[in-house]
Amino acid sequence: MKEFVLMLIGAALVNNVILARFLGLCSFMGVTTRIDTAAGMGLATTFVITVSSMADWAVQRYLLDAYGLGFLRTVTFILVIASAVQFTEMTIRKVSPTLFQMLGIYLPLITTNCAVLGVALLLVEGHMGFLAATLFAFASSLGYSLVMVIFAGLRERLVLAQVPRLFAGPPIAFIVASLLAMAFMGFSGISTS
Amino acid sequence: MSTGQYKTIVKDGLWDNNGVFSMLLGMCPAMAMTTSATNGFGMGLATAVVMAASSLLVAAFRSRITQEIRIPVYILIVAAMVTLVDLAMNAWMHELYKVLGLFIPLIVSNCLPLARLEAFAAKSPVLPSFLDGLFMGLGFTIALTVIGAVREIIGSGTLFADASLLLGPAFKAMELRLLPADMGVLMMILPPGGFLATGLLVVAKRLLDLRAGKEIQMAGAHGVA
Repeated sequence: MKEFVLMLIGAALVNNVILARFLGLCSFMGVTTRIDTAAGMGLATTFVITVSSMADWAVQRYLLDAYGLGFLRTVTFILVIASAVQFTEMTIRKVSPTLFQMLGIYLPLITTNCAVLGVALLLVEGHMGFLAATLFAFASSLGYSLVMVIFAGLRERLVLAQVPRLFAGPPIAFIVASLLAMAFMGFSGISTS
Repeated sequence: MSTGQYKTIVKDGLWDNNGVFSMLLGMCPAMAMTTSATNGFGMGLATAVVMAASSLLVAAFRSRITQEIRIPVYILIVAAMVTLVDLAMNAWMHELYKVLGLFIPLIVSNCLPLARLEAFAAKSPVLPSFLDGLFMGLGFTIALTVIGAVREIIGSGTLFADASLLLGPAFKAMELRLLPADMGVLMMILPPGGFLATGLLVVAKRLLDLRAGKEIQMAGAHGVA
């Protein structure tokens, strides 16, 4: 049990997907102008990462490893992810039409979010068991959502700030992200070993 | 196509529409793999090869790719090229391959190749598409090398350290030590430094463009992927 709690903290905070591993930066910069879209995106991505990681784990174990097709991993994983995104889109449309409307164009773009492929590759390379892999994927995506919402909150304030013209837009956002990354480095004191 | 158009392709790729500093695409490897100039250079070159090859293929098959399923087709073409680069680097540049690790397969979900396929290769002949892919890729390489160099110089006081180990003995002459070993600001090599260096370099490019009397691009982060 203790092992799992430590892993949860490790994957969500210490080795945060965005701020420590630099995955999913496009969505981090692209959809964090408002808190509600960032939260919706975080939710949808959490779902996609968890579902596709479970599927990728099974594909790796029972298809690629079993038949010695390791070199097809990249191609196979991206197909699995694209299907998972399609599945998520259908589910969200059924369950919550409001959220579907809100996320709109961002949903299909989750396919090219490198956090999804990155987490899948990380857990396959870590040779984790199924339960650990699922937990790792879920914890990583929780960390992703957390940082998305925090950064969106910062950027909502940033719009009102007086920023030098040359720094307006992305540059100042990068510098704020840098400060946020520094804050998150504080978590590295928590030992996960 | 006239020579003027080729010139535009080269200039757009290397500077005016630089993938990292102007369009803010492909940010993940631009920050994760730029802890040293050598890593950035290697990562950039791998991406450039993938971009040139996939632009060439997409342009060659563009009349046969159905509009509705074009994105999956593009992704599969890029994924196939990435697999080739992945295997080739594993075989011939094993040291560099070990350093870049996860980020070689992740070229698939880098938004820059896909953006160029959609914006250029899907509606242009083979040669210009190939050049566009190549020079966008080289622009990406330059950007990554510059970010890597800035972070490496401030962070550890060296420049192109380990270049001979990662790229081959011929690059030994590039290895420099600019600052004493204990002068490095560790933060620049750690994740916060990646954001900071990239942010400041975007400002630097805006400043240079402004000096040259060009319109500076205030937009950005439109690559939502």
